[in-house]
Amino acid sequence: MVDTPPQHSPEAPRRVALFVTCVVDFFRPTVGFAAVRLLERAGCKVEVPPTQVCCGQPAYNSGDRAAAIAVAKDVVAAFDGYDHVVVPSGSCGAMIRVHYPKLLGDDPDWGPRAHRVASRTHELVSFLTDVCGVDSVADLGTAGTVTYHDGCSGLREMGIKQQPRKLLASIPGLELKDMLDAEVCCGFGGTFCVKYPDISGEMVRKKAETIAQTGAAMVLAGDVSCLLNIAGKLSREGHKVEARHVAEVLAGMTDVPPIGAAKGE
Amino acid sequence: MQPTSAAFKQRSRQAIANPVLQKALQNIRPGFQQKRAKAVAQLPEFEALRDEARDLKNHVLAHLDVYLQRFEAKVQESGGQVHWARTAGEACDAVLGICQAAGATLVTKGKSMVAEEIGLNSRLEAAGLTVVETDLGEYIIQLRHEMPSHIIAPALHLTKTEIAAAFMQAHVDLPADRPLDEPRALTDEARLMLRQKFLGAQVGITGANLLIAETGSTVIVTNEGNGDLTQNLPGIHIVVTSIDKVVPTLEDASTILRLLARSATGQEFSAYTTVSTGPKRRGDMDGPDEFHVVLVDNGRSSILGGPTQDVLRCIRCGACMNHCPVYAAVGGHAYGWVVPGPIGAALDPGMIGLEEARHLPHASSFCGRCEEVCPMRIPLPKIMRYWREQTFTRKLDPASARYGIGAWAWLARRPRLYHWTTGLAARTLGLLGGRRRRFKWLPMAGGWTAHRDLPAPEGRTFLAQWRAEEKRRARAGAP
Repeated sequence: MVDTPPQHSPEAPRRVALFVTCVVDFFRPTVGFAAVRLLERAGCKVEVPPTQVCCGQPAYNSGDRAAAIAVAKDVVAAFDGYDHVVVPSGSCGAMIRVHYPKLLGDDPDWGPRAHRVASRTHELVSFLTDVCGVDSVADLGTAGTVTYHDGCSGLREMGIKQQPRKLLASIPGLELKDMLDAEVCCGFGGTFCVKYPDISGEMVRKKAETIAQTGAAMVLAGDVSCLLNIAGKLSREGHKVEARHVAEVLAGMTDVPPIGAAKGE
Repeated sequence: MQPTSAAFKQRSRQAIANPVLQKALQNIRPGFQQKRAKAVAQLPEFEALRDEARDLKNHVLAHLDVYLQRFEAKVQESGGQVHWARTAGEACDAVLGICQAAGATLVTKGKSMVAEEIGLNSRLEAAGLTVVETDLGEYIIQLRHEMPSHIIAPALHLTKTEIAAAFMQAHVDLPADRPLDEPRALTDEARLMLRQKFLGAQVGITGANLLIAETGSTVIVTNEGNGDLTQNLPGIHIVVTSIDKVVPTLEDASTILRLLARSATGQEFSAYTTVSTGPKRRGDMDGPDEFHVVLVDNGRSSILGGPTQDVLRCIRCGACMNHCPVYAAVGGHAYGWVVPGPIGAALDPGMIGLEEARHLPHASSFCGRCEEVCPMRIPLPKIMRYWREQTFTRKLDPASARYGIGAWAWLARRPRLYHWTTGLAARTLGLLGGRRRRFKWLPMAGGWTAHRDLPAPEGRTFLAQWRAEEKRRARAGAP
């Protein structure tokens, strides 16, 4: 049932559907524009299916499988037929790529479509490096020390670790300094942070502390949801560390104020 | 033991506010995580070994009856006895019966999570026996009348200060001004106190890490040697263990042992690995005169063959809890039952009921680190998700959460309405976010803003802006 992604020919640009995610759509549209910019620079033709909403994780992680399946079908319907589906989030990307086949795989009508969409779905940065062969980005003047938080789903379900680091390393003025326990969860966890706020709060307290210890001016990640959590804790604790999605830096869009802070704060 | 898992939320809050616990939990990183990582890095076939162990245990679980009966026959052949216990009560009865038949008054005990599970100590003590835990961690929590907070490090929640205080209070015959600041002083004192007990006990009780069907042997792994003294010095050795511990052969046992210590403490092998086969034979220098194995089911057979069967592969190494950020925040006691952490979240609902344990599989960010380190490749997040779905289907979670998800799903299935609603909300919050671009407090977001600021949305949603961008591009004739 695994679908072979279409072979790329230089004449016909890859037709990429951007699944912007509900969190980026609502909180951080800049990441959507950064994604479009990076994909177009990599030679892709980007389309944004207009009926897209959410990947369904709130229901899936709350145990409401029926609602998760209903939402997943809508996503599959909206994104079937493109060469690739690209998501600026490891978490939402993994939901489609890893979990949709589990939700819809047994359905005789939806199973084949779900497998097709799933196998063509990629997280943004790993799509650029692993599928498009991008190994450097334009130097757009971002400089200073940054640290990178490995979002859990991207890391463990999508195998994203070196890809963002590789592209960041191609920016001459940028130095990447790893934080302690970069692979440990920030405590967001979707509905988890609302249902168990004290535990989530303790987890992000540790995360903010390890970020501050690096002395980096900026913390980057591949998921805006983690970054909302991290940025909120950094500002609450009085740390002057900017939080940004890695795509903003790679696309040279750091003129926009960072997440949850005024520009130059 | 009586579970208190339903109070997980309150207990986790207390745990986070407990400075002693928080200090103790800091030892997990250097004490377990780094040591495991080093040991795993030194064994190139570690991943292949995990596959082998998973397949092995799956095979055993598919033929559990066969291997357990083979084990029983071999125990009997070697002169021992097997006692089958369907429930915790039956298991305690069996142990107590053996103790009473022997006229025992003093029982020494090695670390056994199954014994904790069935509440063995309180049952024996109620019958007038004196029970002395001989594992240092278990000894400490016995003095403090606590339950273990970790399956391989029962006193993980304590620092040496609390341990010294417990020793001062318990060992009243020793000079009150003795120095107990150093770990060495504490272990020396424990050894001194326990040595008399080892020699005086009529019955020694241990758990088992593994049961070997082909030989009828039980295996314990320890680092203190207390287990060997517990099982060899008294006249009677009782092994209290559960039906999921059996493996077919000695070779299979070695496959699991190669994973166990590395995953648990980062050792290649634990200091002592002791195989017991029957009582003392003619000509043996030492060993017990009677050898009993109490095989406890206590709910495991109802998990067998069901959607959470994979939890029965667990070898109780503790790696999942050692790498769990939730466990690192709240410790083991908050979970309210003998098996905490991710494996507890997957196992306990099947053992003590989902009504009691429903918080445990929900209190996870699904970060997946537990599954990443589990030597038996138990899909812990998947099993937690199964319990969440059961919670939802059986309407065990609060109505507010259910309606919230229902309302969200209803809206998410109506893209036009969804985009209109979120567009309005994003613009409103974008404006209210002001110059600082964040909220210190927001109605209905109190759980979030109690601990962190909420970043303000930028303003217009991406999809709204993209519609405008598409029009602009169409006018400009851009691609």
